[in-house]
Amino acid sequence: MVVGKSVKRVDAVDKVTGRARYTDDLADKSALIVKICHSTIAHGMVTKVDTSAAEAIPGVVKVVTCFDVPDIPFPTAGHPWSVDPHHQDVADRLLLNRHVRYYGDEVAVVIAEDEVAATQGVRALNVEYDEYPFVLDPQEAMQDGAPQLHEEFPNNILAHTGYEEGDFAKAITEPGLVKIEGWYNTPTVQHCHIENHICFAEQQNGKIVVVTSTQIPHIVRRIVAQALGIPWGQIRLIKPYIGGGFGNKQDALYEPLCAYCCQQVGGRLVKLDVSREETFVSNRVRHAIRYHITTYARKDGRFVARQMEAFSNQGAYASHGHGVVAKGAGAFKQIYVDAAATKCDAYSIYTNMPAAGAMRAYGIPQVSFAIESNVEDAARVLGIDSVALRRMNMMPVGYRDAFSHNVNYFDTLNQCINKGMAYVDYEKKRAEYAHQTGPVRRGVGMAIFWYNTAVWPIALEASSCRIVMNQDGSVQFSIGETEIGQGADTAFAQMVADTVGLPFEKVHVVSTQDTDLTPFGTGAYASRQTYVAGFAIHNIGTKLKNKVLAYAEYLTGKPADTLDLVDGIIIEKSSGEHLMPIDELATTALYSTEQAEHLTAEGTTQIKSNAYSFGCAFAEVEVDIPLCKVKLLKMINVHDCGTLINPQLAEAQVHGGMSMAIGYGLSEQLLFDPKTGRPLNNNLLDYKISTMMDHCDLRAEFVENAEPTSPFGTKALGEPPTCPGAPAIRNAILNATGVAVDQTPITPHVLFVKFKEAGLL
Amino acid sequence: MYDFSAIYEATSVGNAIELLQAHPSAVIIAGGSDVLIKMREGKLAGAELVSIFKLDELRGVSLDENGSIRIGPLTSFSHVTKDPLIQKLIPVLGEAVDLVGGPQLRNIGTMGGNICNGVTSADSASTQVAYDAMLELTGPDGVRMLSIHEFYKGPGRVALEPAELLTAILIPKESYENCFGYYIKYAMRNAMDIATIGCSVNVVLSADKKTIERARIGFGVAGPVPLRARNAEAALSGHAADESAIELIGNAVLDDVKPRTSWRASADFRKQIISETSRRALRTSIERAGGAL
Repeated sequence: MVVGKSVKRVDAVDKVTGRARYTDDLADKSALIVKICHSTIAHGMVTKVDTSAAEAIPGVVKVVTCFDVPDIPFPTAGHPWSVDPHHQDVADRLLLNRHVRYYGDEVAVVIAEDEVAATQGVRALNVEYDEYPFVLDPQEAMQDGAPQLHEEFPNNILAHTGYEEGDFAKAITEPGLVKIEGWYNTPTVQHCHIENHICFAEQQNGKIVVVTSTQIPHIVRRIVAQALGIPWGQIRLIKPYIGGGFGNKQDALYEPLCAYCCQQVGGRLVKLDVSREETFVSNRVRHAIRYHITTYARKDGRFVARQMEAFSNQGAYASHGHGVVAKGAGAFKQIYVDAAATKCDAYSIYTNMPAAGAMRAYGIPQVSFAIESNVEDAARVLGIDSVALRRMNMMPVGYRDAFSHNVNYFDTLNQCINKGMAYVDYEKKRAEYAHQTGPVRRGVGMAIFWYNTAVWPIALEASSCRIVMNQDGSVQFSIGETEIGQGADTAFAQMVADTVGLPFEKVHVVSTQDTDLTPFGTGAYASRQTYVAGFAIHNIGTKLKNKVLAYAEYLTGKPADTLDLVDGIIIEKSSGEHLMPIDELATTALYSTEQAEHLTAEGTTQIKSNAYSFGCAFAEVEVDIPLCKVKLLKMINVHDCGTLINPQLAEAQVHGGMSMAIGYGLSEQLLFDPKTGRPLNNNLLDYKISTMMDHCDLRAEFVENAEPTSPFGTKALGEPPTCPGAPAIRNAILNATGVAVDQTPITPHVLFVKFKEAGLL
Repeated sequence: MYDFSAIYEATSVGNAIELLQAHPSAVIIAGGSDVLIKMREGKLAGAELVSIFKLDELRGVSLDENGSIRIGPLTSFSHVTKDPLIQKLIPVLGEAVDLVGGPQLRNIGTMGGNICNGVTSADSASTQVAYDAMLELTGPDGVRMLSIHEFYKGPGRVALEPAELLTAILIPKESYENCFGYYIKYAMRNAMDIATIGCSVNVVLSADKKTIERARIGFGVAGPVPLRARNAEAALSGHAADESAIELIGNAVLDDVKPRTSWRASADFRKQIISETSRRALRTSIERAGGAL
């Protein structure tokens, strides 16, 4: 059995030797280069684009402007299509925009023979604007009289949803309740995947072939066709190895524009590459969400009623839209269960900021910061230990969510908390740090989080795969779910090997998705793939094994149900006798002049379940008060993601998410000039993503409660690691200094102001 | 692809000067870690370049007869850090340039480039300023010496005449003898960053280690150019090498600096850091000099 073992990644050797091919490696050198002219105002209308100087530059082939593109609004979100128009994503994008809605919006493109000519061409474009007032803050944008971004959405409200469970107004009349109220702010951050988005397109054989760095090939194919107004089958979309995505590439980014440029030059090969500076601003960002949470608790710590308002900064275009803040709204009433009532209102609001889209953990890092800060503050107000207060109120074992039908089968949260406490020596440290003086102080803090797996019942969950056997008994495995650097191909290979009954080395995952060849799958998001592919692999792998055993029955005369395929050998189950190796069977089957069969299996598996995936983080920090610096001493994430398919890969997932959480908590934010809406720090120098030297040792531990709904016992791990780190750090800083910071990132600049307010400086 | 119109590779210092005279709008490129970034951003798009990268005669660290340390301007940061003369006579300089960016940058970036680009944040600059570095400039009219204090004209501007090259950085014996220093780079990250504040302090103590005979304090990013906190230095001259000196310097330096508020940091925040880093740099300098605090 290879599931459960830390086998080496199937793509490791190719990647470290440089053999692995990414989009840029696959683009022929003859490609024309596309460079984008971005808006230099935050809001307004393009009145004129003078292309004459650009067109005169040697090497410039064609200039296309916002005045040339078709008027076909399309949605960009990486969601499975819904045939119900009410569930479809908001289609508010054009290929190039006359009405520019943020600094960095796309106005025109220059297509040229090389990068230098294209860049010179963009610089030579003369764009004239009618400038409008702009708004960057979501609550300001909601006010009457604020600048309007989209006609169809008055007051810039993309969506407003809410709920009330129980009778909130009545619940808070209970005598003796303590009120803990706060506003919590989370920043605009960006994914910073190592490979910037890039794509190329060429007309071939009646189709436009697009090769792109994406997480969602089948979905992008659909969107490219929608944007160009052509039948979906006329686009062929190919996804090779990619250098990370983290949700930024769970959107149609520049594929539609690239395909359009290809059409504009008669089907010639065009390549569209973007710089890091463009990626920060003109791709997608995380929703910056401001929360207002009020908790009403009894003196013994029991939460009676809680209320949350959430204001989510959607930015200029819809992308993933309201789904992000809504997911957090759902988490609010589940991670803690109130005795009497829970109330929530969530708003997604357009502003003249970069479009917010999917980013690792989709609203949960944001809401976790807010909830876990509020709970921590409650612990202090009530005089109850932080961990004890959580244990008293968090989702109990057996809880069932009415909407998703998720069940909390196990005492996961307590198990995870216990491991975290042990690692940081929590109780001892809390006692040790109780009465510090002096300029340098230490503290420990923690946070728990809620997450789920895949998107059922909100949207479609289905996965198709194909397994094809070669004469030597090895197989190719093809699935629409994507390797984006997280190790999906390896996990799939392990599951296929065990399901079919082959040695691991005999399973070859076809890593590249090609919509002409690859079975349909919606791709990498929602931490869905190991769970969903697990169902598909179980289903199709078993189908293939059954075909093999049926053929073995034909060859041996022994009934198929007395046989098994184990580690590449057909055996008789009861005796364990080896009957024949798989290569002998496969070769015989393929070339049989009596009963020829090419052994393959394929099909669609629909998944109508979901699974909770919980955990926690503990952090120990040292705060240098005069220098306003936080040093991480120890940090652990504990996850219950069910059975681990590959423990080492699982650890790597956790390390990556912890790193993102550290940046989210301490240093990362995109800043904008309030006078112009211009981004100030859209580069890797001024945007403070952490380095190795800013981390401590990152510890990952697991509690393996096998998920009953999953054939392999697994549930979400891709995104959960990003959720609890920032509030755990915030709470550790509170423990160290007595200063509660209600915003992230907790930079030295923020601490300076807070320490002065607290009289520590 | 870099957008430059021509590159002329100099074969000697003299040849470099000739090339600069022949191409008056050309930009000097050494390691390229500043020039290529500006080119990519469009600021130097289409530029002509005169490359001095191959001029090994401008590399290396040696000792002049009069005791000055002579640093070739093309010496890379990592070579400065590892140089035995630097480690022996002015280790704080090697430590300072060891904090630049990351390993790749330290291998390609040069001492000369670091000061000739005229930025106040350069990690080598505040220490050179705190050690009264003298700069040897060579041009069509010959060789001249200029104090580093007169070299910086303003943000991004230095006193290089047309077709002039920096050909040596000299640290006078009087600056480093019996002198112990410490540099603090305060930045938002612990690597791959540019200083929010750079503070380089050095002290000469009395023979019994109880008195500060001389203290020198250089700052980066406390003003438009790297500067010395001369009032604070005067206040420390002859002062006891004890906790009261540590207390004093933190207040005194605030009279010498005028940091500005920008989106990167507020003036008040910079003052807090200027004050605290000066205290810590003085403390470590005194300890390195053998003082007991």
